[in-house]
Amino acid sequence: MNFLSELKEGLAIAWDAILANKMRSVLTTLGIVIGIVTVTLMGTALDAMNRAFHQSISIIGADTLFVQRGSWLAHTEAEWLGFLKRREITWLQAREVEKQMTLARGVAPVVVMFQSVGYQSRNARGVQIIGSTDQFLVTSGFSVGQGRFMTEMESEGGRPVCVIGMDVATNLFLNEDPIGKRIRIGSRPLEVIGVLAKQGSFMGMKSLDNEVIIPIRQLLGGYWRNPDFQIQVKVSEINRIEDAKEELQGIMRKIRRLAPGDPDDFAINQQEHLISMFNRVAGIIATVGLLITGLSLFVGGIGIMNIMFVSVAERTREIGVRKAIGAKRRTILIQFLIEAASICMIGGLVGLAITYLMVLAVGRFMPVPVSLSIPVMGVAILVSLFTGLASGFFPAWRAARMDPVEALRNE
Amino acid sequence: MSLICLKNLSRRYQMGEETIHALRDVSLEIERGEYVAIMGPSGSGKSTLMNLLGCLDTPTSGTYELNGTNVSEMDDNELAEVRNREIGFVFQTFNLLPRSNALRNVELPLIYSGMTFDERRRVALEALTAVGLADRVTHKPNELSGGQRQRVAIARALVNTPSIILADEPTGNLDSKTGDEIMTLFEDLSRKGNTVFVVTHEEEVALHARRIIRIRDGLIASDEAVKH
Ligand SMILES: Nc1ncnc2c1ncn2[C@@H]1O[C@H](COP(=O)(O)OP(=O)(O)O)[C@@H](O)[C@H]1O
Ligand SMILES: [Mg+2]
Repeated sequence: MNFLSELKEGLAIAWDAILANKMRSVLTTLGIVIGIVTVTLMGTALDAMNRAFHQSISIIGADTLFVQRGSWLAHTEAEWLGFLKRREITWLQAREVEKQMTLARGVAPVVVMFQSVGYQSRNARGVQIIGSTDQFLVTSGFSVGQGRFMTEMESEGGRPVCVIGMDVATNLFLNEDPIGKRIRIGSRPLEVIGVLAKQGSFMGMKSLDNEVIIPIRQLLGGYWRNPDFQIQVKVSEINRIEDAKEELQGIMRKIRRLAPGDPDDFAINQQEHLISMFNRVAGIIATVGLLITGLSLFVGGIGIMNIMFVSVAERTREIGVRKAIGAKRRTILIQFLIEAASICMIGGLVGLAITYLMVLAVGRFMPVPVSLSIPVMGVAILVSLFTGLASGFFPAWRAARMDPVEALRNE
Repeated sequence: MSLICLKNLSRRYQMGEETIHALRDVSLEIERGEYVAIMGPSGSGKSTLMNLLGCLDTPTSGTYELNGTNVSEMDDNELAEVRNREIGFVFQTFNLLPRSNALRNVELPLIYSGMTFDERRRVALEALTAVGLADRVTHKPNELSGGQRQRVAIARALVNTPSIILADEPTGNLDSKTGDEIMTLFEDLSRKGNTVFVVTHEEEVALHARRIIRIRDGLIASDEAVKH
């Protein structure tokens, strides 16, 4: 008897047995159903968390590299003063990086200064003025709430336009529509073409909405001829951030004509701690989830094992008859394994269906989109199959090894 | 060469301190086509002998040659194959699978021997027809009378065209009229060339056979031909 027909025969027998003991099968399956619901909910939650994180990663800028003179990791004042003695990063260097980077989704030169901003009789002091290009929208992860961002033409032409933060908009315009109005930055008038969407505050500290973004050429021409630049590089893939960093370092060293042995006279900063923090939290959640999941599946598996032992004991005579007629150990083993696996698979499918409905119901109230993904479903099915095989093994083994004479004498 | 050749076959059971000699040094030769009745009081070792003959059990000592091969040294899997190919069992309590209909019960040995679906359908139907149950193939055991159940069991024993048919008290659970019918069936099988062993308590039943072996305390007490 080949393996395929053994499988087919085993399936037929398993269905027979499951249908003959419907109530018992349902109760047994319950354990697995709960286990699989836990597995899939867990998986879906982790999935959603991951997705939400990757979204916020862009906003917060964890996939952005910041080229500056100084490192964010300076520990002492002496170190900091050392950075200030380094050559400045110039407009031309920034342009060169923009030209040469291949592993970037966007490169933006950035200069930050503070100025007071006014509209008609109202004034706001100490507003952060960011001079950059159209690429800044990509590198910063900001989004425009109203109007539009500057175009490449406006940026290259240094047009007198600006995009303002939410705080600036409310402070200067109250309820008026700011689009198309002219504000004063220092003494120069610029036209408001867009308002940024509200960013909120970063970890409750400083507001991210009190800023005005203007074309870098406007800033260079009107306010500050030779500033120290910061270059923001948004990497094309977060997974290749290390490669991008290496490329960037090479380009910077070449542009700044550093000899092979010289140390870098610039720093490439990144918000590493954000990623590592997330990974730590996700790791803890996954571990706890795995434990809970494993435990509930274990309990379900024990239930299956128990029922399978009962089933084997009840069908001792049947096993004897099958053996007398020519069933081999392997045939009996497969028969009971299939029975256990079938019960678990049914439980797994029911569990999946329940999870699907739960996700559908709960998903509406979630801030991020949640859905049952194909990999999670695949894992659930594999896990239920494995639980069935693992918990069915000992009972099936006992059945397979029964002595036929003893089995036939059984009442 | 004889179909069956037993040499000093013994089967002992160890019950704690005590050793039970269920069968002691039994030697026996059976030719193809013989019809043998095995008789003896309860506990004398009849079933033990049948189980050994049917390769369900292995002897504690001695050898058993079936068709010239020594089966007393085979492993579990080899014995299962021999049972499937060479042996047909009929039990006192029928031992049909309760949830399967007559046809499926009869098909079972063919499934284990790996026959294709269409062929085993045909062969199983033939076997059921041969025992007079062509019109009961879709009935489950609990929808059949005792005699009919035993016929299904006989069809199942026959379906693989085994070398030996072993029946351990096949009429024990039947009334005498039905029992007679079943015995007539065995007589038919024997006449068609099958080798048949029947265990029975009743002299009357045993007289259907052509050779009677009497067992007492695990020993062969007598072994004689029946004069018809
Ligand atoms: N599994 C066993 N364990 C111990 N003793 C057994 C076992 N099977 C049979 N016996 C003993 O072997 C002897 C022969 O049994 P058996 O062959 O069943 O007798 P019969 O079928 O002639 O009534 C009896 O004394 C019985 O108690
Ligand atoms: Mg007996």
